[in-house]
Amino acid sequence: MITVESVSKSFNGKPAVDQISFQAYDHEILVLLGTSGCGKTTTLKMINRLIEADSGDILINGQNIRDRKIEDLRMGIGFVMQHSGLFPHYTVQQNIAIVPKLLKWDKRKIQNRMAELLYKLHLSEDMLSRFPGELSGGQQQRVGIARALIANTPVLLMDEPFGALDNITKADIHAAFKSLEELKNKTIILVTHDVQEAFELGHRICLMDKGKIIQTGTPKEMLYHSRNDFVHDFFAENHLLLEYKIATLKDVLGYMEPENGLEEFDFKETTTVWNALQKLSSDYKNTGHYENLIKGFNDYRKLQIL
Amino acid sequence: MMQQSLWQFIMEQHEKLQTQIIQHLGLTFLSLLLAIVIGVPLGILIARKRKLSTPVLGLAGVLQTIPSIALLGFMIPIFGIGAKPAIIALLIYALLPIIRNTYTGITTVSPIVVEAAKALGMNKSQLLFKVEFPLAMPVIIAGIRTAAVINVGVATLASFVAAGGLGEFIFGGISLNNTNMILSGAIPAALMAVILDQAIAVVQKFGYRIFHKLKYIIPASLIMVGVVYGVTSISHQKITAGFTPEFMGRQDGDLGLRSVYELNVNPVVVSDAIMYKAAYEEELDLISGYSTDGRIKAFDLYVLEDDKKIFPPYYAAPIIKSKTLEKFPELEETLNLLAGKFNDSIMTDLNYKSDYLNQTPEKIAKDFLIKNKLYKKSNLGNAGTVRIGSKIFGEQYVLAEMYKMLIEGYTNYRVQTKTGLGGTKICFDALMNDAIDFYPEYTGTGLLVLLKPSDGDLKKVTKSPGETYQYVNSEFQKQYGIQWLRPLGFNNSYALMMRRKHAVELQIKSISDLKKYFDKE
Repeated sequence: MITVESVSKSFNGKPAVDQISFQAYDHEILVLLGTSGCGKTTTLKMINRLIEADSGDILINGQNIRDRKIEDLRMGIGFVMQHSGLFPHYTVQQNIAIVPKLLKWDKRKIQNRMAELLYKLHLSEDMLSRFPGELSGGQQQRVGIARALIANTPVLLMDEPFGALDNITKADIHAAFKSLEELKNKTIILVTHDVQEAFELGHRICLMDKGKIIQTGTPKEMLYHSRNDFVHDFFAENHLLLEYKIATLKDVLGYMEPENGLEEFDFKETTTVWNALQKLSSDYKNTGHYENLIKGFNDYRKLQIL
Repeated sequence: MMQQSLWQFIMEQHEKLQTQIIQHLGLTFLSLLLAIVIGVPLGILIARKRKLSTPVLGLAGVLQTIPSIALLGFMIPIFGIGAKPAIIALLIYALLPIIRNTYTGITTVSPIVVEAAKALGMNKSQLLFKVEFPLAMPVIIAGIRTAAVINVGVATLASFVAAGGLGEFIFGGISLNNTNMILSGAIPAALMAVILDQAIAVVQKFGYRIFHKLKYIIPASLIMVGVVYGVTSISHQKITAGFTPEFMGRQDGDLGLRSVYELNVNPVVVSDAIMYKAAYEEELDLISGYSTDGRIKAFDLYVLEDDKKIFPPYYAAPIIKSKTLEKFPELEETLNLLAGKFNDSIMTDLNYKSDYLNQTPEKIAKDFLIKNKLYKKSNLGNAGTVRIGSKIFGEQYVLAEMYKMLIEGYTNYRVQTKTGLGGTKICFDALMNDAIDFYPEYTGTGLLVLLKPSDGDLKKVTKSPGETYQYVNSEFQKQYGIQWLRPLGFNNSYALMMRRKHAVELQIKSISDLKKYFDKE
């Protein structure tokens, strides 16, 4: 668990982060969302002390990060950057093995762990001897994630990890990322300015503006119980899309007739309404199902807004 | 024809050439390695503490702009002569590119990569050695490459402070009008620069990947070159002799000492600009000087008697193309105003004022002309421009200035001076190619350096100063269409000299005494 308590930071007298407090729980992905310059990256970097906070405390599992040796602290925190941050003079293999080498793992342990991660992140072994400059942006980002995961740290910080990728690659990596078992038992803080990404990956979202947290909550709370106009306006442009994306079949099924015929598709309870509609809309024979689902969603939605 | 004779020269002198090449490499490598040892950490330091970068780079830049000869001059009082001042001077020249490139290399490593390294938990030294340094390596090596090429070039000047190197041939050749000698020094120096540059380029290409091997290669080569250089330059003698490159190769110089006096003093080669000072500071005990040099008086040096007459008389006189005299009809008469106005002690005194009292050539020239009632105010004429050349020592500057004042005062010609031309060859070539109209030359130089007569002729014409003058004048007219105007009256010949106190101590009065002293050892 990461606890941030009234932390502030200013650069040249201009406050970048102003007295913010929040907690990131075990086994969750907390998203820091906001426009550029809102202080979200500064907040993130204060957690592994790439930036030192001016005031306030940050605790990881109850221990103040100031009390730890800075190198040890950082080795215990995985970090993924926007531009992979891979060392251009190291091969992919060397890049992934940096932290284990710093921790003096033995060779076989490094190799086994690396092979495991490559498999999970869909990276091929023959990539290992290449240099980062020879990889595509998506591949570099996967290597960057592998490097952050290899030491099995309980905390993972991600600074706009998918920000520089095109939409198709991004969707691809999102899918791979969500299916990673590795992430289930970590505390993850992810910084992004992409509202859809925040809703897709985050368990909870922290919306920031001008160095302050405006609202923290689950995606549903953010959409249906906006604390003020700022929060509401922030999501206004994507509101409908987000609603479809956060509602799952489980939420909606109660508002539909029991024999709705959706069983013939391999949907799960956790499938989002958006994904189900996507699938149904791709074949005109399913128009009936499609309309039923929309109806069920509309009934569900009415109750949420009230 | 010329290539063959160059080859012959190289074959004849291959031992000397070999030594010079080794010395040259030794100087270049040693200074370069020292510069790396000092420059790279300094570059890293100022990359860490940016505030220091401006003063450090500024200072290195200022040092870089000091002319190399001047820098060598500064070194002598502190480090003496020989390899030490040369290596230190070279080191100073190599510093700027190395410091600057190290600084640039490290500060331009992508901040994203640096941040990533920190985020992964690297400490400061891991960050430096695993990330910043390897990534800056290509830029640092580019700096070392620049420094290496600069050093091969500047190392030619090491011969001025008796540190050896290919400069001995290059500057000796320029003084002696010996093209083969110049080329034997210049071609290997140029090749060395190209090869070194390319060799380092290979290292640069592999960059950080062979960085680890360099850790062993650099100290190994440092020690090797150091030892070789040390072996070639060690000499233990009671009397240390330093001769100019010109003196080394002349019949009326070291060659004459060896053949006529059978005296081999194992001299080091040194520039005449610093030779007297080095003798005064007891870095050298025996030097080859000019008999009218002002520093003889200033430093209380004693001129050894040339009892077997190997130094022919050197009457100074302006030399000029006959064609030029026709073009400027009033010139001959004007130049001859100075004829016979000097003797040796007058000239020594003028040189003393120039070299030791640091009076300007203008002032010395004006004072002298006023004293001899020759001075006239400039006519500010514009009937054509006369260009005066001079060699690169005080006496010639003073004479050039006198001629300038006379021409401007007595004729309507305008005057341009081109002073400080390197040596006999440069002056003479400038005259032949009409880059200058005249310059003061010495009969002995004309005879031995330019005409190079056979031994038989030489003996005949050096019997008296008058005969020498007649001979060079007629030969120059025949061969080059150049006339020797009337001599100025002083005789600036070569001479061997020692500190007076030292000479008295050892009871050496003549070169034969010196020979006896050497035989006793």
